[in-house]
Amino acid sequence: MAIFNLKINNVDQQVEVDPATPVLWVLRDHLKMVGTKYGCGIAQCGACTIHLDDVAMRSCVLPISAVGDKAITTIEGLSEKGDHPLQKAWIQHDVPQCGYCQAGQLMSAAALLKDTPSPTDADIDDAMNGNLCRCGTYIRVKAAIHTASKM
Amino acid sequence: MTTIKTQFNRRSFLKSSALTGGGLMLGFSWFAGCKASVKEEVGMVLPDEWFDINSYLKIGDNGIVTIFSPNPEFGQNIKTAMPMIVAEELDIDWKDVIVEQAPYSQKLFPGGPFGQFSGGSRGIMMKWDALRMAGASAKHLLKAAAAQKWEVPIEEITTKSGKVFHEKSGQSAGYGALARAAVGMEVPEEVPLKEPKNYQLIGNSQKNVDGKKIVTGAPMFGIDYQKEGMLVAMVVSPPAFGMTFKSLDNAAEIKAMPGIKDVFSFKTYNDGYKKSFFDVNAFPELIAVVGNSTWEVMNAKKAIKASWTATKASSATIDRFGKDITVNTPAGLESTVEHNRQMETLFSKPLKVVRKDGDPARVFKEAAKIIERSYSAPYLAHNCMEPMNFFADVNENQVHLAGPLQAPGLIEPVVAARLGVAEKDIKIEMTRMGGGFGRRAYAHYVVEAAIISQQVKAPVKLMYTREDDMTNGIYRPTYQAIYRAALDDKNNLVGLHIKAGGIPESPLFANRFPAGSIDNYLAEEFAIDSNITTGAFRAPRSNFMAGAEQSFLDEIAEAIGKDPIDFRLELLKRATDQPVGEKNDYDAERYAGVLKLVKEKSNWSSASAKVHRGVSAYFCHHTYAAHVLDMTIDDEGQPTIENVTCAIDCGIVVNPDAAKNMAEGGIIDGIGNAFYGEMTFKDGKPAKSNFHEYRMIRMSEAPKNIEVHFVNNEISPTGLGEPPFPPIFGAIANAMYKATGNRRYHQPFLDGKAVLG
Ligand code: FES
Ligand code: FES
Repeated sequence: MAIFNLKINNVDQQVEVDPATPVLWVLRDHLKMVGTKYGCGIAQCGACTIHLDDVAMRSCVLPISAVGDKAITTIEGLSEKGDHPLQKAWIQHDVPQCGYCQAGQLMSAAALLKDTPSPTDADIDDAMNGNLCRCGTYIRVKAAIHTASKM
Repeated sequence: MTTIKTQFNRRSFLKSSALTGGGLMLGFSWFAGCKASVKEEVGMVLPDEWFDINSYLKIGDNGIVTIFSPNPEFGQNIKTAMPMIVAEELDIDWKDVIVEQAPYSQKLFPGGPFGQFSGGSRGIMMKWDALRMAGASAKHLLKAAAAQKWEVPIEEITTKSGKVFHEKSGQSAGYGALARAAVGMEVPEEVPLKEPKNYQLIGNSQKNVDGKKIVTGAPMFGIDYQKEGMLVAMVVSPPAFGMTFKSLDNAAEIKAMPGIKDVFSFKTYNDGYKKSFFDVNAFPELIAVVGNSTWEVMNAKKAIKASWTATKASSATIDRFGKDITVNTPAGLESTVEHNRQMETLFSKPLKVVRKDGDPARVFKEAAKIIERSYSAPYLAHNCMEPMNFFADVNENQVHLAGPLQAPGLIEPVVAARLGVAEKDIKIEMTRMGGGFGRRAYAHYVVEAAIISQQVKAPVKLMYTREDDMTNGIYRPTYQAIYRAALDDKNNLVGLHIKAGGIPESPLFANRFPAGSIDNYLAEEFAIDSNITTGAFRAPRSNFMAGAEQSFLDEIAEAIGKDPIDFRLELLKRATDQPVGEKNDYDAERYAGVLKLVKEKSNWSSASAKVHRGVSAYFCHHTYAAHVLDMTIDDEGQPTIENVTCAIDCGIVVNPDAAKNMAEGGIIDGIGNAFYGEMTFKDGKPAKSNFHEYRMIRMSEAPKNIEVHFVNNEISPTGLGEPPFPPIFGAIANAMYKATGNRRYHQPFLDGKAVLG
């Protein structure tokens, strides 16, 4: 067990956990922030995507001890009022089906737009190929990213 | 005018004030409190007082209406569509509606085990009358209240946008002002329903009512469920099918691990318990490990040392929808290689004849040409993105269950029997499901959660890891089929012979098209017992047969030199004008309708030479679907799906854009499973345990575009979750053949390789 001081969505948080604990479970179990989802635990599905200083990371394989003083952003902190251009575009395109993968999709897309404000289809494929959606919402995800990039 | 008898389902229309305790049990106990956000989120002022009108709706004193969506939501979007149907008949503006998920309740939503069931694409179809009646009868009560107040005949009262009008006297009132009086009005024997041509809301796309919550990461899934003092539980199951629990060998060591409360073995069902059809579970006895946090429990789970032993062959009587059947479970460690050999061997033995028309033996004997092709498909894992999980809090007074499940009505009696409690003491909350696809109709995990909670005397959330989820059974069965066609010397199709079988069930639908369109027809089947557990998977059996059949029809069309769509339409014309046999399970004209629509919308007759096109059509779950798939292929053999044009006849479309989303999803999921979907076994052990091994379709492999068109009619609506899925397998096979000159008969079509050769 060790104490970690974290900055999550601009709020200082302190947790005492096993240093090997993945950020995913620190968020979900210890901080009760359950927007970040578990899908595979091995960095294959993208459901657990968060930002570590603006870079998209799979939180299921990121030990809390590796965070250091980097800032964490989760879906709950993507915007204050749920009005990030991507969130607006997601609603405009009515993207979700079951919705389970969508927090991860949004976080991967947000990191992409920070890097590449006007992505091509190929840029989007590259950035989003790590995010699985069993419901098959890929076409709408892509369309919504294009829409958000123009907002 | 259409009217509907209100006494059908009468009990659900008892005013809820008359129910014990009054009102509805509602609201999830999320820590983060969704409740508080409702006001802000819907951007409306909430009323001071609510009036319960019936089990589907309550009206606030300010005219806001809450509509309860009765069936669980797993992405098919009924949580939006079902309340839309109520709102339509109620004559309330959608902006004045709040939607909430109803709890499971036989009292509020009677209908037996399938009353609040999501599956089989039957939600909207089965609830169509009840939802309309709920809205229409509530509207009647409001009109009656106004008529009484204004002392005018009810026939002179009209409604619009949440208001009641009496034109003659110029009086009007909002629903909110009349709600209190409406509660006391008599529910009539019959209420009028709107004609489809007068619909205002149905047919106009509305956004997913949970859209904002989803994009902001609000807690809403079973896996998000939290309760003060809740522990996390996981299970350990045998490493292979055909193995069972023998002993837990290091319990003391596990219990001493950080955060761990308990570790023990348990049986999901009591010995001698008569299972129902949905009580399938792979492993009767599991090890549970319970602790404070997911990570600690995961670590302990990995450290468990246990001994397993081979199962014995067994035979059990199972209740299949009220009918007893015998299920034999063999012993042994099964393998895919052996399964395939077993199925192939059976094709040369006499099979069970399910349907025979004309004299197939003679036409095949006399045929000028016989085409014979074999098809196969592997087991599939459901891979819902949210792994199986459930919350249970079992104490002396009541059993509180919450989480993702498709069939609460099926599992409640099972939990009651296993725990020895009364059904009335069980409360089930239905959370939004992160996918279902049939998997969550088999809710053994609910029983497991309840037993674990009872044992540790604390609220528990049972979590399956992805590995547990993928290796724990309930797979789509594996199937094989042989299709044979007899052509006469003028190249006419004179006979069709289908042999189909699978492990552990046959996929055959003997009375579906093209039965009824061919004079000489024979359909035979077989099934082989297995200890690998299977269950419903998006469009069960259809998901294999459609691909085989639609691929085979293309081969026949080519052999006789006909356009594939024209050939199908000719067969359907025959089935319309002069059907063969009487038991044909489809409406040939509606079937032809979707083919004609897809032909028109895809510009079938003037296709570009650069794209390779495949067509396919199928009817299942009461809905007709046809696809034209356009594929290109680059120099390296990499296929790209440029476009899919889809035509669907599901009757009235309640929420068109969401319906399109569903069709797109079915198509993309179908392409993924056709290209990559596969589970295999070696010595009883599933060969894949997570997404690094189990290939799922990813964004870059999805079609670039999908166009969905609906046949416009006023037929009562049928389902959409499944019907677009099966035919895509045929469309892909047919396009791949056009692209490469090679036909694929065995799924997955890309067989581990990314390219076509
Ligand atoms: S849960 Fe982290 S990538 Fe799947
Ligand atoms: S919306 Fe269901 S998994 Fe993506």
